[in-house]
Amino acid sequence: MKKGKLWTLAVLLIVSMVLAACSSGNGNGSEGETEGENAGESSGGSKTLVFGRGGDSVSLDPSRVTDGESMKVAANIFETLINFGEQDTTLQPGLAKEWEASEDGLTYTLQLEEGVKFHDGTDFNAEAVVKNFERWANGDADTFPYYQSMFGGFKGDEGHVIESVTADSDYTVVFQLKRPQAPFLKNLAMTMFGIGSPEAFEADSDGFGENPVGTGPFKFVEWKRNDSITIEKNEEYWKEGLPKLDRVVFRSIPDNGARLNALITGDIDLADGINPSDQATIGDDENLQLFERPSLNIGYLGLTVTREPFGDKLVRQAFNHAIDKQAIIDAFFEGAAEPAKNPIPPSIPAYNDSIEGYEYDPEKAKELLAEAGYPDGFEMELWAMPVPRPYMPDGAKVAEVIQKNLADIGVIAEIVSYEWATYLEKASKGEADAFLLGWTGDNGDADNFIYALLDGDNIGSNNYTYYDNAELHEILIQAQTEVDEDTRNELYAKAQEIIHDDAPWVPLAHSTPLLAGSADITGFKAHPTGSDILSNVDFN
Amino acid sequence: MLQYIGKRLLQLIPVLLGMTFIVFMIIRAIPGNPAQVILGQQASPEAVASLEAKLGLDQPWYTQYFEFLAGILTGDLGESLRTRAPVAQEIWPYLAATIELAVFAMIIAIIIGVNAGIISAWFQNSWFDYAAMVVALIGVSMPIFWLGLMEQWIFGIELNMLPTTGREEVRNPVNAITGLYVIDTIIQGRFDQLGEVIRHLILPGIALATIPMAIIARMTRSSMLEVMRSDFVRTARSKGQRMSLVVYKHALKNAIIPVLTVIGLQMGILLGGAILTETIFGWPGIGRYIYDAIGFRDYPVIQSGILVVAFFFVMINLLVDILYSVVDPRIKYD
Repeated sequence: MKKGKLWTLAVLLIVSMVLAACSSGNGNGSEGETEGENAGESSGGSKTLVFGRGGDSVSLDPSRVTDGESMKVAANIFETLINFGEQDTTLQPGLAKEWEASEDGLTYTLQLEEGVKFHDGTDFNAEAVVKNFERWANGDADTFPYYQSMFGGFKGDEGHVIESVTADSDYTVVFQLKRPQAPFLKNLAMTMFGIGSPEAFEADSDGFGENPVGTGPFKFVEWKRNDSITIEKNEEYWKEGLPKLDRVVFRSIPDNGARLNALITGDIDLADGINPSDQATIGDDENLQLFERPSLNIGYLGLTVTREPFGDKLVRQAFNHAIDKQAIIDAFFEGAAEPAKNPIPPSIPAYNDSIEGYEYDPEKAKELLAEAGYPDGFEMELWAMPVPRPYMPDGAKVAEVIQKNLADIGVIAEIVSYEWATYLEKASKGEADAFLLGWTGDNGDADNFIYALLDGDNIGSNNYTYYDNAELHEILIQAQTEVDEDTRNELYAKAQEIIHDDAPWVPLAHSTPLLAGSADITGFKAHPTGSDILSNVDFN
Repeated sequence: MLQYIGKRLLQLIPVLLGMTFIVFMIIRAIPGNPAQVILGQQASPEAVASLEAKLGLDQPWYTQYFEFLAGILTGDLGESLRTRAPVAQEIWPYLAATIELAVFAMIIAIIIGVNAGIISAWFQNSWFDYAAMVVALIGVSMPIFWLGLMEQWIFGIELNMLPTTGREEVRNPVNAITGLYVIDTIIQGRFDQLGEVIRHLILPGIALATIPMAIIARMTRSSMLEVMRSDFVRTARSKGQRMSLVVYKHALKNAIIPVLTVIGLQMGILLGGAILTETIFGWPGIGRYIYDAIGFRDYPVIQSGILVVAFFFVMINLLVDILYSVVDPRIKYD
């Protein structure tokens, strides 16, 4: 009896497999073919882009989360008042068509686009903007973490930068600040401050992340957790002729190799997180093309200044001379990076190019070590990142090169590693001698790198080296409120000189993260922040 | 029988309770702070502290533990720290994805494994026997991630026969009802989608089936060898009965008990331990759900996720024990 059932099941299974294999002999997955075969009726539209990436989103309400995978989807559902440039972080019109700052940098007046509607049919206007900012300002660190980081706190907090947000007319919004904040407009351009439909979030603020309603080129359709998120064309989109695609499906495929396989077989059309070592494979395949994401990151070796002997500037400078950055880049970034000499990438206007990087010179390094009182070197721990990140594709391998470089100058480094959350926690407590780490910028502003990573205020948070320089601190605080762009850049130029001399890091590389897509994709431009707006993307 | 089941169910309570306690202590012993992970690298220490308080993470461990237990008793598995969704509601789609894959893999493993074991035993020391056992040995020791990537390369890229990732053709998505797509597509009469769903099951199914298949084959072989030396099989063979009749009617029934045990254990392992397969094939299952939760220190998800998997594990073993008496009437539970 039982046996009989088993066999029936087996036969059924085999029959259905054969049927299945026969019914869909789709070719190499180039768009038109797969669609015509079996997808036609249900997906309706003809142009579906499948975007493969490493992880799922956490929430589609971007103001509630901090992860890049959430932003990647939200950037296509929501629009910000001000946009970043296509492939840089310059300020461009968004939902606000123009804006004006007062002399003292305390008042910003924004003129909004007229005739824009949210996906639920309600009107976008100044009142909606005010309601969005009120929602955030009345929140707390738990609900809106980024608002706190970028605007200094919430309503009633002393650090809160925004005094008031008011609607002057239907399409004029006025931001009144308590004190000047230089990166204010750049903050407004961040995906997390995309404007949502007040009607939707007032009805269900907690559920907004599952049913996001914005003004963007695509509308939310469906979310299968850890699997796929589907968005479809917003037919009422206010920009003429956009978006060009009918649907976009974001698929999570955690393994980089498997994601590339899926791209080659045509299961997906575009893949994020391509290993630098796979560049050649993609270059040789005429069905594929490679995209570079402009660098907005830094990968570095941090030297914890509170741990001996790294309290000595000479030792830190010696390390800067000892490490062969170019060799690391050639071997593990496969050239998809440039050597770093400053803590900010060159795409940021405040980058100080007049600084001479420490050249690779083991002899010089040995001299500096001897001068510091360590002619025979010393023993230390070298922490290697356990996870690949765009700024550090393979922490363990990079650490091995550094270990060899250090051995050349007599320093014995033992490589250690911890699981990622543990690694960050221990490093933030200053438990590492020297550690590999990096940073990807949020808004393309120098403050978001230098102050966040190297100011004394951020010890225990993102300043893992415990480096604290009073002169630098003063400059950075001044730069935060300096409204004149040139004066501000001069301040950052000076800050970079101080950091260069004190050398709390060995800056290693600014990488250009790689993506790959099928050859017939047009109009895709990878954005340095990682939030790619897909309204111009099309298939040939 | 009912009494026996009742007794076994009662025994589950201390097992599951002990398990929750161990998991609870272990995940709190590892460093890393959920509040910090949720708020991201940008967050200030004050923000982290206030979130800890809000999540109740500043409470002593025993308070947290008893709150967790009290929640479970009322059917509340807690709320994910990361997504803020109730775990009880969030967990089902993942569990369904894993069940579908595990059942599919187990069917492959049983059909091939049991039959390979039988043939090996029947033709003991033949070339087939040796070949099958060498293959089984390789199967047991095969690294799954390598096998998975090789499958993708051969069947996906080189032969272009099968899809390499996911559960469905995303350009023609399945409308989920139960979360078990094979059933969902049949209910909705979408046989085009059923074909796609099965095609997506094949490669991860084979990867996942490899190890249990090998174990089942070896267990079936050794168990069959023993039974075939017994008198009743010799009698049956000497009567000149066909091999299939001897094996499936007489011998297998007596040899299947240890195989059933192995199948039960392997099924439990497949439910909880398919992380590698799920990662390689982009399969949104429960293994990855819990694994990701560990990275994010999402305590409620880890605790409740493991509890659910453990529950299924012990239930499957109970089911196997009950099956013993169905297969072999000599076994009675009184």
